[in-house]
Amino acid sequence: MDIGIAHYLTVGACLFTLGMFGIFLNRKNVIIILMSVELMLLAVNINLVAFAHFANDLVGQVFALFILTVAAAETAIGLAIIVVYYRNRGSIAVEDINMMKG
Amino acid sequence: MALTAVFFYLFSTLAVAAAAMVIVAKNPVHAVLYLILVFFNAAGLFVLLNAEFLAMLLVIVYVGAVAVLFLFVVMMLDVDFAELRAGFIRNAPIGLIVGGVVLAELIALFVARGVGVSAPNAQGAAVPQGISNTEALGLIVYTKYVYFFQAAGLILLVAMIGAIVLTLQHRTAVRRQSIAAQVARTPEMGLAIVKVAPGETGMPATGKGQG
Repeated sequence: MDIGIAHYLTVGACLFTLGMFGIFLNRKNVIIILMSVELMLLAVNINLVAFAHFANDLVGQVFALFILTVAAAETAIGLAIIVVYYRNRGSIAVEDINMMKG
Repeated sequence: MALTAVFFYLFSTLAVAAAAMVIVAKNPVHAVLYLILVFFNAAGLFVLLNAEFLAMLLVIVYVGAVAVLFLFVVMMLDVDFAELRAGFIRNAPIGLIVGGVVLAELIALFVARGVGVSAPNAQGAAVPQGISNTEALGLIVYTKYVYFFQAAGLILLVAMIGAIVLTLQHRTAVRRQSIAAQVARTPEMGLAIVKVAPGETGMPATGKGQG
């Protein structure tokens, strides 16, 4: 049984789809939505690293490294926004976040 | 090779199952713990792909920092998570439709195009033999991609400053030590010389001694 690039791409596709499904499933819980976004970014990283391995090209790993950095920054900012929003409103329901609507 | 296949199926099955548990878990703390499991298994997949540095980075950065941050926020916010799950079943069909469409598109792409990869072109960097993955990454990150590396550092700095600015709160009820005010205090601000005539009490009504 030879593990080729198709196997890794399948795992990546499954994770990406699960992340997308999670966003729809937990539409009110913004923390789970952030976790789903993390899952999607992880799927992209798996794809990039798989291509880097099978194409014998290290640049894919460098790209995955930068995606990891941006994802960490995004999570930190997102969670900070959630904390501030909770302090102001006492809830984190996404559907209430239209205060700035004109 | 058989061992690689065994580990691949172990890691990938666990990762996908744990990812499914992340999005359907009732308790968000459990969701975070399943997310940690996903990251560990993805790190295992990275090791199978000879990306040891990224695997360790995933464990350290994600499991060590990001997942703990999630856990911290979930536990710090006193939110009624049962109420947030109200539309769970109602939203499931549209999510299934969109997710199914995306998955079908990806599968169609695999089937139609095939997933062969070509050799790296002149833009790429072939994986060097004989040195470790960390050393090979360092050799190109610090030379060829140094500007991107600096930009990544800048992004992290902006994220750090942003998170601090967003969540720092100045409490007005708390009395704090103001070192600048203490150092700037002069004898004239705190000292008053009062001439006391014989036979009267020496308390000035209001004076300079309010510093």
